[in-house]
Amino acid sequence: MKFADFIQVAAIKSDLAADDKEGVIRELVESLVGSGALHAEDLDGILKAIMKREELGSTGIGKGIAVPHTKHPSVSKLVGTVGVSADGIDFNSLDGERVHLLFLLISPPDRPGDHLRALENISRQLRDDAFCRSLKQAHSSADIQQLLDDADNSQF
Amino acid sequence: MSFGRSADFGSRKFLMVERTATVQVVNPHGMHLRPADLFARTAMRFQSKVCVTFEGQQVDGRSIVELLMLAARKGTQLTISTDGDDADEAPASLVQLVERGFDEMEEKAEGGDQ
Repeated sequence: MKFADFIQVAAIKSDLAADDKEGVIRELVESLVGSGALHAEDLDGILKAIMKREELGSTGIGKGIAVPHTKHPSVSKLVGTVGVSADGIDFNSLDGERVHLLFLLISPPDRPGDHLRALENISRQLRDDAFCRSLKQAHSSADIQQLLDDADNSQF
Repeated sequence: MSFGRSADFGSRKFLMVERTATVQVVNPHGMHLRPADLFARTAMRFQSKVCVTFEGQQVDGRSIVELLMLAARKGTQLTISTDGDDADEAPASLVQLVERGFDEMEEKAEGGDQ
C-alpha cells in the first residue's frame, strides 16, 4: 500500500496549532471533514474513539512520530492524513519524546488487513531518518505531499 | 536490513544459545500497533537478541516500527529466534503472547480479512 492510497491530500496539515494531544487530533479529524473524506456529524464520535484508543496505550511510537487511529463504521475505505507540529506535542510516547509528526488513520471495522498494510507502509518509510526529518521540517502541505509522493516512488 | 552481522551481538559469551520457535498469529486484527508494542516490551525484558521472521523478512523483535513492517495477518506464521544468555526462556513468553492473541481475542473483526 502507498501513501497515495489512503492519505487525503486536501487534509494534510503542515502547521498544527494546538499544543495538546486531543487538540492536534481534533485538528486532523476536522481537516478530514473539511476535505470531504468524513461527514461533519461523525466528527465527535471519531474523535472520541481515537482518544479512547489512546487511553489503551499511546500511539506515539517513538522518534517524534505518532499514529493515532480508530476503526469507524462511517468510512467505507481507509482514510488518513498527516500533520506536522513545529513545537511538538506531549504524547506520552514510548520513548518520552515530543511528537512532531502525526499520521492519523480511520479504517472501516471490517478491513483489518488494510489497516495493517497502512501501518506497514508508514513504518517502512519512517525507518528512513532523512524522510522523517524532511517531513518534520516541511513548511507547507505541498511539501509534505511531494515527500509522500517521493516515498511512494521510492525516492527515499 | 542489518541483521545477521555478528557485530550486532557484541561480545559473544561461551554459553550463548540460540533458540527458534514458530507460532501462528490468531487474533483477528493481526500484528497491528498494540500487539507490536506488547511484543517489543516483552522482548525487551530479556537480555537475548530477539528476531522475528515472516515471509522471508527478518526484523528486530524489540522494535515496534520493525514489527509493524511485517504486517502479519491472522493465520500467518511467525518464526521467533532468540540468541543470548536467556535464549531458553525468552521464546516461551513471546510464543505465549502471540498464542493468546495478544490478549485481544474478545475483539472480533467483522468479516473482512478473516
